[in-house]
Amino acid sequence: MEKRVFFKGWWLPALLVAPQLLISFVFFFYPSGQAIWNSLFLPDPFGLKTEFVGLDNFRFLLSDPYYLASFKTTIIFSTAVSVSSMALGLYLAALADRLIKGAGVYQTLLIWPYAIAPAIAGVLWLFMFNGNIGLASYYLKALGYEWNHTLKGDQAMFLVILASSWGRISYNFLFFLAGLQAIPKSIIEAAAIDGASFWKRFGTIVVPLLSPITFFLLVVNIVYAFFDTFGVIHTITSGGPEQSTTILVYKVFSDGFVSQDLGSSAAQSVILLVLVGILTVIQFKYIERKVHY
Amino acid sequence: MVEKKKSGYWLTHLGLILGVLFIFFPVWLTFVASTVTQDAIIYPPLPMLPGTEFFENYANALFRGSPEGYGAKVPVIKMMMNSAIMAIGITVGKIIISLLSAFAFVYFRFPFRNLCFWLIFITLMLPVEVRIVPTYEVVANLNLLNSYTGLIFPLIASATATFLFRQFFMTIPDEMVEAARMDGCSPMRFFFDILVPISKTNIAALFVILFIFGWNQYLWPLLMTTDPDMRTIVMAIDSMIPTGDDYAHWPTVMATAMLAMVPPVIVVISMQKFFVKGLLESDK
Repeated sequence: MEKRVFFKGWWLPALLVAPQLLISFVFFFYPSGQAIWNSLFLPDPFGLKTEFVGLDNFRFLLSDPYYLASFKTTIIFSTAVSVSSMALGLYLAALADRLIKGAGVYQTLLIWPYAIAPAIAGVLWLFMFNGNIGLASYYLKALGYEWNHTLKGDQAMFLVILASSWGRISYNFLFFLAGLQAIPKSIIEAAAIDGASFWKRFGTIVVPLLSPITFFLLVVNIVYAFFDTFGVIHTITSGGPEQSTTILVYKVFSDGFVSQDLGSSAAQSVILLVLVGILTVIQFKYIERKVHY
Repeated sequence: MVEKKKSGYWLTHLGLILGVLFIFFPVWLTFVASTVTQDAIIYPPLPMLPGTEFFENYANALFRGSPEGYGAKVPVIKMMMNSAIMAIGITVGKIIISLLSAFAFVYFRFPFRNLCFWLIFITLMLPVEVRIVPTYEVVANLNLLNSYTGLIFPLIASATATFLFRQFFMTIPDEMVEAARMDGCSPMRFFFDILVPISKTNIAALFVILFIFGWNQYLWPLLMTTDPDMRTIVMAIDSMIPTGDDYAHWPTVMATAMLAMVPPVIVVISMQKFFVKGLLESDK
């Protein structure tokens, strides 16, 4: 879609786009280029000179058991976060959509956690599950279950998934509610008159009509779990114990800043860049299709 | 609602209330912990109702810092200021540059317009977390570590707001421009007197989303601020949580956590209508 009417001249528009282009070049294209460039080099241990190694950093990464384990961790983590927060969001949205009055009140009560930083959400859940003072770990102990996420990898994983999904429910709730409210009530009523039960209607009418929004949310939630959960991981587990919660973006950080392994960190950035690129293209394709719908 | 069974009605409410409780519970515990004494916390279980130390703990957190333990004696009032400056800087900066560039893309034809558009579009793809090491180097080379400029500018480089405004400008009828041009209105006059005023709700919606985005930044301030005076409250909480054998003065830590949550939550709730609009539109 293009405007038929527009203003003349080229120096004014050039001036108008200049700030954004300049910032994009300095803080986006140049650093991204650097990441790609650095991924082809290996600095010596003293950081005095670097040696061109071609794709060796990538070859090394893809045969590094720690990196492959981090890949697996990321897939488990992001699937669990996306599925659980979307399921709860859909459940609450389906309930709120049934109400004639009061849906707005529940909306207010449910959406504010979106404003809580992942790092702060991490602190809240860490406090509840702290081995010495946490309320949850106290009652778990009373029930005879030993909680110690600083030693047990599966417990640590459970906790970061819980903390990451918790703040995300509100986002999914809001989108599902908007999606549900856009479904014409007459279709549902027609099905009800024909004798379809609630679950029958949900399965054969609501779910198919919600599928575009579900797909969109899936992509957005995966991107969220890949990147925005850094704060949760950093505050609760710092990637431990024994790297059991080190997701890819955390590994870029810990290899790049903590271990100063710059070549490997750059190669990891490039791999992540490709992954986000693929996700964005998928998302964009979806938007395109929806526009022509 | 299609059916009118009483039992279903109450079950619906029950389900929603359970959901609300699950959402509220961790925050409620944090609030309780921020109003009790250290002893009430370190000898579990924590009581379920607030204690009497509300003013003491919040005054400590804001002006004096923890009286003891890990990360003690660091007041957070300055950090809240830093967070506010960063959040507002990012918000205003992004809105201004995207209004300008969206205006140029929609209302002008200029050489390399498509190329510029794609260059900006690509920036949609890459969160700052991915290019974190080289971006840090750029900022370090520009001598911007420990500065507001360094905190704000790298996070302005994103295309979401530009796209939102572009979409919106596309829906504005052409007659608007025609009329303005016929009356001899200059492009910038059109921008300030017509385009910006009719974009008000979109600007408000973006304001909410971007303010939360800015306030909640964690990794970037963590990396680039070494000067204690430049820390933001969200990243500072990490330096108050003990690792290993250290201990923390939990009431102050939890009061700090509350203080880090309250401003963005207030923004969301008080501007709920714009927030919902911004969220549903900007991420699409």
